[in-house]
Amino acid sequence: MQVPILKQGGYLIASIQSVLSDSDLVQLRDNLGERVGSYRSRGVIIDVTVLDVIDSFATRTLRAIAHMLKLRGAETVIVGIQPDVAFAMVQLGLTLEGVGTALDLEEGLAYLDEKTKRAPVNGN
Amino acid sequence: MATENQTEIRSAVDIVTARQRGRALALELGFNGADVTLIAAAISEVARNIVDHAKSGEIVMGSVATTQNGGRTGIQIIARDQGPGIRDVAQAMQYGYSTRKGLGVGLPGAKWLMDEFDIASEAGRGTTITMKKWKR
Amino acid sequence: MRQSVNVRTHRPAVLQLKLNHPIRPMKRKPEFKIQNITHPSTPLADYNDPLLRELVAHLRQNRTQLREEWARRITDAQLLTAMTKEEIFSEATSVYDNYVEVLETGSVEALQAYARNLSERIIPRGVETHEVVGIVLLLRDVLARSLFKKYQGDFDLLNRVLDAYEPAANRIANTVAVSFVQERERVIRQQQEAIRELSTPVLQVRERLLILPMIGVIDAHRARQLTEQLLRGIRANRAKVVVVDITGVPTIDQTVANHLVKTVEASRLMGASVIITGLSAEIAQTIVTIGVDLSKMNAVGDLQGGIEEAERLLGYKVISTAEPVGSTAAKEQGA
Repeated sequence: MQVPILKQGGYLIASIQSVLSDSDLVQLRDNLGERVGSYRSRGVIIDVTVLDVIDSFATRTLRAIAHMLKLRGAETVIVGIQPDVAFAMVQLGLTLEGVGTALDLEEGLAYLDEKTKRAPVNGN
Repeated sequence: MATENQTEIRSAVDIVTARQRGRALALELGFNGADVTLIAAAISEVARNIVDHAKSGEIVMGSVATTQNGGRTGIQIIARDQGPGIRDVAQAMQYGYSTRKGLGVGLPGAKWLMDEFDIASEAGRGTTITMKKWKR
Repeated sequence: MRQSVNVRTHRPAVLQLKLNHPIRPMKRKPEFKIQNITHPSTPLADYNDPLLRELVAHLRQNRTQLREEWARRITDAQLLTAMTKEEIFSEATSVYDNYVEVLETGSVEALQAYARNLSERIIPRGVETHEVVGIVLLLRDVLARSLFKKYQGDFDLLNRVLDAYEPAANRIANTVAVSFVQERERVIRQQQEAIRELSTPVLQVRERLLILPMIGVIDAHRARQLTEQLLRGIRANRAKVVVVDITGVPTIDQTVANHLVKTVEASRLMGASVIITGLSAEIAQTIVTIGVDLSKMNAVGDLQGGIEEAERLLGYKVISTAEPVGSTAAKEQGA
């Protein structure tokens, strides 16, 4: 199942709708890379609220997405990680180092506003 | 108590199936939300190990009981493959903090998530992982 | 529960029997250890054994006298001091009757139920395991002496009576002691659970700010429970900053220190920053010695300082601070 990507001002919002397979995640990575370029987005929100498990592969892919988008000039924030999911992730030793996180979409937007304002290189 | 199911693991899509079944079974066995997630994550990791290293295998899960510690019940998950096997199990179970693709986080991570974790592997014959989690 | 009970009161009886009648050594153990009692491997007596029936009849006939003798010995040995004489006598009567019934029927079920019920009543009054084991062994001794007295004219018969009596008596002692210990463990578990629930509050101080005051000894189980509660609290209260105060935690081990680190990381995954306050010199030392990676931990000396730091992160101005705090920096996360 493909992840829809919405454009909201200077940001892209990828809102995961259901359980993701590995290939869905890889597809998401490719799509985001492409759109950030074509829309010249400054920030990306990936909403993972519906995910009931984020395993090592998913973590690795999310981190890779964030790092890749950074190189393309956009900040990434992962929002909506559930309490039990966060607990399982740290038990697995997965921490999403170097990737922004926020409670939900609203917080994610605030996070990006803050981040992109502070990075003059990415300014309008 | 005869709740048991078996999932063939042939591709990455089956990982999702296996962990959804594991989640459903854990709920049915009465695990709480946090533990259900830990169990699903552990299944995800051992299933991924099959896909990454053995191409195909199976995951069998069911309920388990012990008389120790005043009697406990739990879930048992067996991940079995006839792949190349793991040459150095001790090394594979070491946690690699910055991992490349494949082994590094998965198996040692799964061990942390579960209460019991046993791995038997023979080069050329395959790997069997047996893991259990007890209800608290 | 490990407890070794040396039953001194029992020893003289053994010695006496041996000294007076060295014909055949008794099968006895000088020490009685609870961890060794599971189910006795000794084959159970045959309850159709005529000797056992004779024995039961003897105990029935001498009920009053033996029961009194037992109660007296309990008082002399200063056991069950938490109970009055009347209470001791009344419980002694019940145990005695149950005891005889087990000898007669071979079924310990009724005795087991009674022992559990008794334990439930006396545990809150502070009766200890050694007292319960002690009184059962006293009864065993009182009855053995009475048998000895009755059959002293015929050593061969005495030996056979004791052979029939011993396994049953052992089994009874096991049943009572094990029931008591199990009941005690159940009570302890229940209390631990209650304490845990009482001592893990997640408090909302102001919007977006939670405080988790940890109090008491933290073991791995409780640490995990605290983490789960905190993570749910973060979501429920939409918290952005959490102050974990461990002033009330006396010591920390590696497991708990690692757990603390995981709590910080999991909170961050949910978009909340954690500030740890109240790390004592000892605990700080422990953490450094253990080698836990604290680079991601934001530690502030005391709770007040922690709350001030939290408010700064939330973008509030702290009045007492002369230095103005930029709201831009305040909202930055530990990314």
